[in-house]
Amino acid sequence: MNSVYSGPGFDFANTARNSFLESRGLPLPKATSTGTTIVGCLFKDGIVLGADTRATTGPIVADKNCEKIHFIADNIRCCGAGTAADTEFSTALIASNIEMHALSTGRKPRVVTAMTMLKQMLFRYQGNIGAALVLGGVDADGPHLFTIHPHGSTDKLPYVTMGSGSLAAMAVFESGWKQNMTREEALDLVTAAVSAGIFNDLGSGSNVDACVITASHTEMLRNFVKPNERVQKERSYKFARGTTAWKKEDIRDLIITEDITVIREGEAMDIS
Amino acid sequence: MPDGSYAHPQQRQFNPYTENGGTILAIAGADFTVIAGDTRQSEGYSIQTRYAPKVFRLTDRAVLAVNGFAADGNMFVKKVKQRLEWYRHAHAKDMPLRAIARLIQTMLYAQRFFPYYVYNILGGIEEDGSGAVYSFDPVGSYEREACRAAGAAQSLVQPFLDNQIYFKNQQLPPGQTRPLHLSLSDVLSIVIDSFTSATERHIEVGDGLEIYVVLAKGRGPQGLEAVRGAQELTTNAEGDRVFIVRRELKKD
Repeated sequence: MNSVYSGPGFDFANTARNSFLESRGLPLPKATSTGTTIVGCLFKDGIVLGADTRATTGPIVADKNCEKIHFIADNIRCCGAGTAADTEFSTALIASNIEMHALSTGRKPRVVTAMTMLKQMLFRYQGNIGAALVLGGVDADGPHLFTIHPHGSTDKLPYVTMGSGSLAAMAVFESGWKQNMTREEALDLVTAAVSAGIFNDLGSGSNVDACVITASHTEMLRNFVKPNERVQKERSYKFARGTTAWKKEDIRDLIITEDITVIREGEAMDIS
Repeated sequence: MPDGSYAHPQQRQFNPYTENGGTILAIAGADFTVIAGDTRQSEGYSIQTRYAPKVFRLTDRAVLAVNGFAADGNMFVKKVKQRLEWYRHAHAKDMPLRAIARLIQTMLYAQRFFPYYVYNILGGIEEDGSGAVYSFDPVGSYEREACRAAGAAQSLVQPFLDNQIYFKNQQLPPGQTRPLHLSLSDVLSIVIDSFTSATERHIEVGDGLEIYVVLAKGRGPQGLEAVRGAQELTTNAEGDRVFIVRRELKKD
């Protein structure tokens, strides 16, 4: 009891209190959610991942330009939908573990390894970690693309979508995807799929982020398309000096001067 | 129960209401009123349509904005317009604004126990030629005000209006004076900026903006001729005049 030591993993100390508070009518605070359209698409030489950049709390836009394509390894990236904190921490944890794994095996990490680590972690937490992921990369076995659901189930498919905009984006994939696309074709299709989410799903918005992963190179295309720039305001809202009321004024000198009185002259240090 | 028996009490529910998002707003000037609303209609995370008007011209001096449950809103406007037509046939003139406000109160309260799920804002010109805004709750409580925002982004827009229209939390800097009434061009700027800003931060606001301007009888166009795309809707050029200004809003 009352130890300063805190064990590894999650701290459940407040669960009893919070469920009591909830039963008394105090709701839990709302977590930031990445309402989200995230997609992934296989092409001739690798994988293209795509994501919008809107984060929401209920109907309010919390972040207009957030990053949903997370780093796992040089050759692996992961898009996150769901509870923002859960996607960020899950991918960061698995990125660390993948790096450790790569160091101990002396091999380039494989996408299935990351996928397995993520699904086992999410399954262990029975869906309480609200992360819905699109995992993609290229390894010794070639390109791989997975979706991982919050309860730990996975799919391996040539084109995938997740998040609230997944239906809008999948409609585009279903009408436009074909085998052995070029890099340009795949990037265009991913942009169109994410755009469908941005414009038709209220949980998604702002810009398109993309990431192209091939055997030799990973290219992160942050804000690849910006179709929603704000127009100029009609008026300036600069307040005149003196607009803000104040109750008291306190001006402090930040330069501190001290008088030092030497009490006793010490013997000089021997530095010979 | 799985065997079809009723061992436990069961309850079924049907909810006749939905919330269709969007925001409306009205500001009264000395001799004009501006009433505006976005045109997006949504349910949950889906857009039902990018163009569903929420602001309606009732007469040459009265404009009504409705926000909340779109089906109720449309039906309510239809019934108000019908009552105004009956009034015209009986009295050979348009109903005065304050009378329309009282009529709306009566019509809303008539549905006290199955309410129209709508917030109404009525704007226009009073018989004395002054600009007026009346705002209502869903069961008919109402008040005349200088400005009011309602709907999804009310909590974003109303504080901005309190600051810019009523000058709340603004101390008058020494040597400066405050205008008694804002000009039409200032009000239009504030209305447009309110909606572009609400569009930035609220997912249910966007697509299009419709701004109605009602000018008191005999007043000049007050700079409205310089506003891009202003269109006159007046039926009788002798009285008060109604204009509409349309703007695009972001569609994400």
